[in-house]
Formats: sequence, C-alpha cells, structure tokens
Amino acid sequence: MAEIRSPLPGTFYRRPAPDQPPFKSDGDTVTPGEVIGLIEVMKSFIEVKSEIGGTITRFLAENETPVMAGAVLADVEG
Amino acid sequence: MAIKRLFIANRGEIAVRIVRAASALGIETVQAHSEADADMLAVRLADRAACIGPAPAKASYLNAAAIIAAARETGCDAIHPGYGFLAENAAFAEAVDAAGLVFVGPTAATIRMMGDKAAARAAAIAAGVPVVPGSDGRLADTDAALAAAEVVGYPVMIKAAAGGGGRGIRIANDPAELRKLAPQAASEAEAAFGDGGLYLERVIINARHIEVQILGDGSRAVHCFERECSLQRRRQKVWEEAPAACLDDATRATLCASAVALAENVGYRGAGTLEYLYDEPSGQFFFIEMNTRIQVEHPVTEMVTGIDLVAEMIRIAGGEPLSLVQDDIRISGHAIEVRINAEDPANNFMPFPGVVGRMEIPEAPHIRFDGMIYEGYQIPPFYDSLLAKLIVGGSDRLQAIDNLAAALDALVIEGLKTTIPLHKALAADPVIRDGQAHTRFLEAWLADGKLAAHSAIAQTPATAQPPAAAHSPAAS
Repeated sequence: MAEIRSPLPGTFYRRPAPDQPPFKSDGDTVTPGEVIGLIEVMKSFIEVKSEIGGTITRFLAENETPVMAGAVLADVEG
Repeated sequence: MAIKRLFIANRGEIAVRIVRAASALGIETVQAHSEADADMLAVRLADRAACIGPAPAKASYLNAAAIIAAARETGCDAIHPGYGFLAENAAFAEAVDAAGLVFVGPTAATIRMMGDKAAARAAAIAAGVPVVPGSDGRLADTDAALAAAEVVGYPVMIKAAAGGGGRGIRIANDPAELRKLAPQAASEAEAAFGDGGLYLERVIINARHIEVQILGDGSRAVHCFERECSLQRRRQKVWEEAPAACLDDATRATLCASAVALAENVGYRGAGTLEYLYDEPSGQFFFIEMNTRIQVEHPVTEMVTGIDLVAEMIRIAGGEPLSLVQDDIRISGHAIEVRINAEDPANNFMPFPGVVGRMEIPEAPHIRFDGMIYEGYQIPPFYDSLLAKLIVGGSDRLQAIDNLAAALDALVIEGLKTTIPLHKALAADPVIRDGQAHTRFLEAWLADGKLAAHSAIAQTPATAQPPAAAHSPAAS
C-alpha cells in the first residue's frame, strides 16, 4: 500500500471544474505523473500528480476540503 | 448621520488599514473573520471581532447574509467592504441598505452601471471622456463586430461586456480572425458570466496603465491626481507609483479633469478610480473602466497628497460633504508602492503559505508599511498572497527608487519566500529607472531571465523553509 500526499496546504479539489467528472474515482488505475486532483493555495491551482502507478483503493480527502501539507489524499495499491 | 460603529467585511492588510482609519476618527470597529482568520492582525487591533463562517471565502467573506446579520448583531451602523470580495457587488450594497445599514461606498446603481463595461463606456462618452476607439456598446452579432472593427481599425480586442479577470478576451488582427474569434469569445463569456454580450476596442500597443483617484460626495467630486501601474504580471499590479512620470503637466490636467467630469456626471459618492490606457507616442489617453472602491495602491496617492483616502470615504458615507476643494490638493515628491506577496519569484511565483519568522521593518518618515503579518503568524492558504505593501517616497522619482532599494535591503521577513527579491531587481533595472516600462514590460522581462540574472549577482541568502514544512491553520 502506498499513499498520495498533498504537496501544499490548501483546499483539495477532485474535479478539474465543478461541472466536470472527478479526475479519478475509487478503483481507478493511476500511472506515475498522472493528475489526481488540484490543491488551491492562495488562489493558485497546483496539480497533484501521483508519483506511483497502481490502483486507487480509496480517496481519504473529500472534494473541496481543507488539507494540510503532507496529508494523505488517496491510498494506492501497486 | 455620523458612523459610530463600523463593521469591516474584509481581511488582510486592507482590514488593518480600515481599523486604523476608523479608530483615528473615533469610530468603534468590529472586524469580521472566517474560522481560518481568527488570528489575523485586524482581529487583534479592532475593538471587537465576529466570526462570519468557515474558511472558504464563499462561506464567509462572500456570504452577504452572514455579514449583514453579524453587523446587526454587533450593533454596527455601517459596513466597509474593503477591496475584492463584495466591494463591487451591487446586490450586496442594496442588501446593506435594505438592512438599514450604511454601505461605505457608492450607491448600488453606480456600482451596477460601472460594473457593466459597456455601460461604463457609454457613461464616459456622455461625460466627454475619451475612450479607446471601439464599438458603440454591445455588438448584436459577428457581422456587427466586423463592421465596428472596420471603423476603429485593427488589431482589435473583443471583450465580454460582463467580463473581468481577463476571461472572454480575444485579440483579432484582421477580419478573418475576428470572424473566427468573436463566436468563441461569446461562448466563453456566456459560460463564465451567464451573459454572452460582447464589445470591441482597438488594441493600444505598449500602453501605459494610468489611473486617476477621485473622491465624490454625490454631487461634487475632486481628483487626487494619478498613479501609474504599468508593471503587471498576469494582469495583477506589482509596482505602483505616483505621479506618472510619462505625463506632462498639460496632459495630466486634462486627464484628471476628465475623471472629475465623469465622477460628477454619475453623482459618484466615496473613493473611486478611473483607469486609463495612455499611448505615449501620441500623447492620447483613453478611459477603460472605473473601480468603485478603495484600491490596493491607494497609499502612493496618500503619500504624495497627504490625504487620508480611507478616512475621507468613511466621512462621506457618514453623510458629510467633501472636505476638500480641488485647489487644496497638491502633489509633493514621488512615491512608489511594491506588493510583498507570499510567493517564490524564483519558482514561478509558487505560493508560500508559511509561518512568519523574525521581522524587521525599516522606519523613516518617507517609509510606510501596510501589512497583515506579525512574527509567528501562520499565513492561511485559503486567500490571496498579499502580505504587505511597502510604500517609499522621495523628492523625485529617482530618489524614491533609491530610497525604495534601501528600504528593501533593510526589510527582513524570515520564514517565508516573498516577492522582495523581485522588487530589488526591478529597482535596479535601467529601463524602470528610466521610466520606460509599459504594461507588457514585466512579463517579457521575466521571460528573458532578468530576475534570475539579478538574483545571481545579489546572492540573497536563503532563510526560508520549503512550503511542505508549513502547517495549515486546521492544525494550529
């Protein structure tokens, strides 16, 4: 089991825009470098990319919630 | 009625500025804050504070009902909106009025008219203010855009009538491009603003951004001269100064008189700013839009005129007539403001919401520091990155730049990455010292690696930790 963590403190978004589907859902596969969400920090949106490949077993951070730097956003099974 | 207790519906440095101005007028202050902002400086300085909701701005600083309810519960008789958030929201101004409170700013009708760019342009034309050659109001369709562009001349900028923040803008160099881009701009405007209305203007190449500060009491208006804000990155101002070095006295007089004419024509009440593009080769200026609020860069005007603009707007909102006549207002010397943001200029201006370490703020009669930070303050990641403004004066422009460079060298904000190195490099740049920078200068200068080149020479020691070491307010 591996984890994708937030690189910055801010607000976590799972969708590229409110009217669009999530980047990834539970059970989706992810490849290294793929975007799994956005962190809004001081009105800038920073992409969160997975450093690992595998299957996202579950998201631990909800859409549009505040997160700390280093907070676990999702669990990945390699 | 004189205002006795003022509710401040904003945050950061402008909230601090309003608390101080109101206190100096003998007015009690109640500072609004979100759950993430309980530790902010304005909360510490105000007489009282009121929590208006959770961290996201839409649940707190943009929540009109929560703000008005908190203002009433705390016995306030007026609300100051600062800048940003609800400052230029006509519906909010109306709701404040309907709740029996005073909105510190112009009427809802004025905000609404000036917020519609096509209507603002029409108001300017009616007052005899020059506007960028363009279409008469909204364009019916692409054919109307093509006909208008033939009259004003290419290149043209197609803009959303309800626009803002650079969205819905396209530049067309010829009729073929315009035929292709106008429908795109209309769909983008429809999606972004729920209003696909467009207008177009001729593009002024390498314009200077000049703006005139006005004060009005609903019948009479005065100007407090102009500011130049040509140094911008992503349409955000970075360095502002007063007066504008590129204007001669005759042009300055005509420009400022045009701003007063428009303000009086619309019965403007409060502090406002008319923005213009100045085409230096031809000496022509063109009105582009009006901001119906106090602006970030108001202190440079205060430094050269000696007028407290925030105090004036509060007095006017309290029902007093303008305390100034035009002949009272004169410029002395030159002032420059730089915006100190929690961003790393060496890393593509990445935000840096860390904890403020040791601070040393230089003090001198020609230095002013308008900030929101104190030692040990955790900067929340939820809002914009403006930490402070450093405003420095001098007897003339070059002395002001030299004084700015010295003040930047003496300014210490540890624990964070900030835009201080950017301003040091700008203060040393020969084009800026020569007063030749236009609105497209800064982005090209950054793209050319001028900042990195200057920083390599300056060898600024690194004292900050990376943002991953910062904690979020949720944890503190």
